[in-house]
Amino acid sequence: MAIRACLGLMILLFSSTISTALFEDQVGLSDWHQKYIGKVKHAIFHTQKTGRKRVVVSTEENVLASLDLRTGNIFWRHVLGKIDCIDQVDIALGKYVVTLSSGGSILRAWNLPDGQMIWESILQVSAPSKSLLHALANMNVGKDNLILVFGGSLIHALSSTDGQIVWRKELSTNSLEIQQVFQPRDSDIFYALGFIDSSEFVAYYVNYKNGEVLQQSKASFKSGFCGEASLSSNDVVVALDASRTYLVSISFRNGVITFQQTYIPDLIPEFSGKATLLPSKYNGILAVDIASSIVLLRVKGVNELEIIEKINYPSAISDALPFSKEQQAFAILQHDESRIHIKVKFDTDLTNEVLKETIQLDGQRGNVEKVFINNYIRTDRTHGFRVLVVMEDHSLLLVQQGEIVWTREDGLASIVDSTTSELPVEKEGVSVAEVEHSLFEWLKGHFLKLKGTLMLASPDEVAAIQAIRLKSFEKNQMTRDHNGFRKLIIVLTRAGKILALHTGDGRVVWSVLLPVLRESETCGNPFVLNVYQWQVPHHRAMHENPSVLVIGRCGHNFDAPGIFSIVDAYTGKVHNSLVLEHSVRHVMPLPLTDSTEQHLHIVIDDNLHAHLYPKTSDAVKIFLDEMPNVFWYSVEVGKNIIKGYSLEIKGELDMAENVFQPKELWSIVFPSESETIALTATRKMNEIVHTQAKIVADQDVMYKYISKNILFVATVAPKASGEIGSATPEEAWLYAYLIDTVSGRILHRVSHQGAQGPIHAVVSENWVVYHYFNLRAHRHEMSVIEIYDQSREDNKDVWKLVLGKHNLTAPISSYSKPDVTVKSQSYFFIHSVKSMAVTATAKGITSKQLLIGTIGDQVLALDKRFLDPRRSANPTQSEKEEGIIPLTDSLPIVPQSYVTHALQVEGLRGIVTTPAKLESTTLVFSYGVDLFFTRIAPSRTYDSLTEDFSYALLLLTIVALVAALLVTWALSERKELREKWR
Amino acid sequence: MSEGWCRGRSLALFVLVILLPIWIARGFQSDELLQDDEEFGLEGGRPAADPQPPTNPIRSPIRRRPDLDPPSGSADSKSVQFSLEHNLGASEFSPAGTFTARLKSWSHGGQTLTKLRFSRNALTEEEKRAFERLLKEDGHYTIRVPSNVLNPSGEDYVISSVRARCIPRESLDEHFVIHTDGVNIIAVNYGSAGACQYPRLLRYPAKWSFTSYTVLKNSEQAPRTPTFAEELLDGEDGLGEGVKPPEKSFWAKYWMYLVPLGFIVMNAMTQAMNMPEEQQVAGQSTSQGQVAQRAPPTTTTVRRR
Repeated sequence: MAIRACLGLMILLFSSTISTALFEDQVGLSDWHQKYIGKVKHAIFHTQKTGRKRVVVSTEENVLASLDLRTGNIFWRHVLGKIDCIDQVDIALGKYVVTLSSGGSILRAWNLPDGQMIWESILQVSAPSKSLLHALANMNVGKDNLILVFGGSLIHALSSTDGQIVWRKELSTNSLEIQQVFQPRDSDIFYALGFIDSSEFVAYYVNYKNGEVLQQSKASFKSGFCGEASLSSNDVVVALDASRTYLVSISFRNGVITFQQTYIPDLIPEFSGKATLLPSKYNGILAVDIASSIVLLRVKGVNELEIIEKINYPSAISDALPFSKEQQAFAILQHDESRIHIKVKFDTDLTNEVLKETIQLDGQRGNVEKVFINNYIRTDRTHGFRVLVVMEDHSLLLVQQGEIVWTREDGLASIVDSTTSELPVEKEGVSVAEVEHSLFEWLKGHFLKLKGTLMLASPDEVAAIQAIRLKSFEKNQMTRDHNGFRKLIIVLTRAGKILALHTGDGRVVWSVLLPVLRESETCGNPFVLNVYQWQVPHHRAMHENPSVLVIGRCGHNFDAPGIFSIVDAYTGKVHNSLVLEHSVRHVMPLPLTDSTEQHLHIVIDDNLHAHLYPKTSDAVKIFLDEMPNVFWYSVEVGKNIIKGYSLEIKGELDMAENVFQPKELWSIVFPSESETIALTATRKMNEIVHTQAKIVADQDVMYKYISKNILFVATVAPKASGEIGSATPEEAWLYAYLIDTVSGRILHRVSHQGAQGPIHAVVSENWVVYHYFNLRAHRHEMSVIEIYDQSREDNKDVWKLVLGKHNLTAPISSYSKPDVTVKSQSYFFIHSVKSMAVTATAKGITSKQLLIGTIGDQVLALDKRFLDPRRSANPTQSEKEEGIIPLTDSLPIVPQSYVTHALQVEGLRGIVTTPAKLESTTLVFSYGVDLFFTRIAPSRTYDSLTEDFSYALLLLTIVALVAALLVTWALSERKELREKWR
Repeated sequence: MSEGWCRGRSLALFVLVILLPIWIARGFQSDELLQDDEEFGLEGGRPAADPQPPTNPIRSPIRRRPDLDPPSGSADSKSVQFSLEHNLGASEFSPAGTFTARLKSWSHGGQTLTKLRFSRNALTEEEKRAFERLLKEDGHYTIRVPSNVLNPSGEDYVISSVRARCIPRESLDEHFVIHTDGVNIIAVNYGSAGACQYPRLLRYPAKWSFTSYTVLKNSEQAPRTPTFAEELLDGEDGLGEGVKPPEKSFWAKYWMYLVPLGFIVMNAMTQAMNMPEEQQVAGQSTSQGQVAQRAPPTTTTVRRR
């Protein structure tokens, strides 16, 4: 009966149309899209002449964007590729933004108002080296300003109108690094100052018209330079020596180079450690960053340095803003508890401040990292200043008149990991007024909707209906809903900030910059790894809040100590935070909970010792019962080995430490001359499979091989591990493995000749789908492997079932010899893929869709039925009834099946699916530079009415029917009576 | 459990019976190019009481004798030996048997291992005790072979383990699946010959000797992506009808129009036919009406009574 019901349901599901497209007015009902830019590296304000109140920024996510200075909104934005890193930004001709990217090899000019690319020049760069961009001001070569690009020993001069190379000059064959470019007023030469091999200072006098080197002077310095220099006046450069403890003043007047060393502790007595020069272009002033503060020094000639001001940390100093012919202004920002003092000074007069403001800041933004200053003319014709501030959590603020005009939470452009949390259960005791209000709102809304349905609504009312639909009260509540659509998405950003986003509209519910993930003495260079669910209370859901576990590492090496922090998922309160004594290599959440419903986690350190968390005796007791059944594996990509382990106790278990030793159980060694590990993928731990049986045509049953321990490994030929096209089809191949991680068995191994990475894979239920490039066919391909359990085939015999001679209830052991069959098929696919995921539903009944992050930064939903290995060219009638699609060689891309409809999730990196409580629906969160959230129903919402369903119309119909009933009843009564009286 | 073992055993025997003629046939032309290089071997382990030193393995009598095969000494195939080592609990790995395989060179330069055979060393008393201990504590029995067969560097080993309690049946039944790529061993799947039931019960084998089954596996090629260029245009929407439904008959297509039409026609015809009689019927009906009109007063009088 159950099988029949299931079959009926399956047929129902399969017969539903696959298109899940939206109507235009449904956009934004259940989805939201947020645009970000990332941590700002450079900012250029539009000049007064252009008249527009905009700022152009380039970020660490390789985004070039133009922001509105009034609101912080994005006017235009370009996301350059992952490898196209923006090195420098400048403005040319007052109307173009010029960017130098890809290690100084690509120079592009963008139109300021609309962001269109005007020209692009590819420059030859000998070796990857530090590059420098310099737009020459007021130097016209036939009405054309030149842009100079220094990269290694080459100087390119390009025309700023069309990007043509005007001249090209090779200075020296040695490893030259140009540090400063300087042009004296009213002359046709410029100075290029730099270091050769970090030990020789060199100054070139170059004619800008043809690149001719007029004069060249060199001098070597025996203790070497550290590679930083700051130009302080027309003929003096200050650099740091290799040990970063001496300031070296270099005078290059008239081609004669003299060095003068100053020992920093002589100048600043409290100095210890290493100094850094801050890149600034002040006249005669030098900013030195010593460990505890920033020191401003005035350079009075070659051998005289004088301390002007010492600014204690935490603080930041802006670049110089040319204010008038003589003066430059700069801003100093200094923290004082939660306040920030902003001072703007002129470099000619450091004792007086032009502007002094204080702003109040919430504590979750950390310290100021970068400051950009801009001036404007106030209504009373005086000069005002505004500053653009980049904070430690990568957020961006604009401060003007002592107020924060706007903030952008740009840390969200660099999400590392995410998880979800349920919202609090609705507490009793909601006030009557609230209910009345909501009832009134509800009625009003439905009345409006009814009007809309009956085409009676005026345009204003139509707009109101759309507004009500978009910000419905329902979807933004802070309580758990019946359908499970409302949740908190808890994201971890690269800056070490945790933010909780509401699924209703994507607003930030709370955010916390974890103190333990900030740079400190105990933990330099912290690095975030993952976020896990730590505690999900069910029994005490009314009284206890769930919490999440954040794992990080102090430094990028595997042996660096780990960071462990537990954060409340409703409030962002940090419960527990510590730097671990051991390192973190893997974290394994176990499907076990202790008596307080905390999830047990195993942390594997660099020595492969396993540490159990939480460190309570209760947890240890629970774990020891299950320890014989705990297995784990490690993939050593460099060594091409996969090893499987169990845990054992050597000697006495230290109850305070809970450390377990590994016992190597199996290993798989890939021959390094023919295979390198390219990718591994596993099933999601929390995936739910509804049934093991798969009903196929002719009332037959196949049993899926469902194991949580399946590991998919893809290896490629070492020669073909590079980019597409780096290998010929003959020397490229790909092996796909299905491995059981308990016993280390290779369940299936298959080779694809002429195939190459990049590989993306997703594993779910009993199948794996992977995407790669086929060099022979010059196309991308997607393959599917489905694995079926043959050992249960006998159960199809009805008599055996009746007599109870079946093994349906027998436990499955990984040690048994697996009896599996594999079905596979490959299909061509047009797109290259950035990320892949699969939908997940609460009970696993709904058919699955693959979510494919395409190269165009969109998310495409592809029905799993297209990737069925049983598709054949001419399916039989019964196969057609089952829903098998006739075989095609390529997978179709239905334009309506883009989950992101018209939007783009720029820089797409990940797609996360979470089941809603409603079986038909999956919540999809995709992130990159942008965020996008929606919910999708792979087989349409067969278990609920849509949100647009007009209850009022239904009610009206019922009322009308009842009224009609009454009227007709009354009429018939009357008629009958009349009949009777007749 | 015994049932499962029997099944496994009989399956293996069946496979052997099937494969035996193939081997015999191959005995005459063994340099035949084999695409699916899978080889099954069955080795009856020697009983523990056997006094012979373990270094001299006895081959199963069922196998063809390789020494008599003329191609075995030919230039393109040579014999390779590599040892199986095992670990009974905490101690170090110790030799437990020897695999012998033929190394086959292909015309395109590659080399593969074929014709794998295996001989198990007998368990010493000490090993037997260790094994019993493993059985008691439900520990792992671990084996390893070098990953590079030609020049074992002593570093990279392919390891595999199984719960010791999965092995004992009548004797100690073990099953090796060796995955190779050319001359490299990628993995060894080691386990019991059949199923291993989950509540693993402590059972001792009747015979303390190993019965080994070995399978050598190379990778298989993925099926090529189907290409039908001519159908590309049809299949663009993905759901394109594979076969057009057969042309329906005229009646099947238009019955819904034809039936009402028929009714109308019939209706019209009966009307036309009844036209002359109509008046008579009408006259009758009026007289009936009069009767009916007359009747009610009588009934009312009855009621009033």
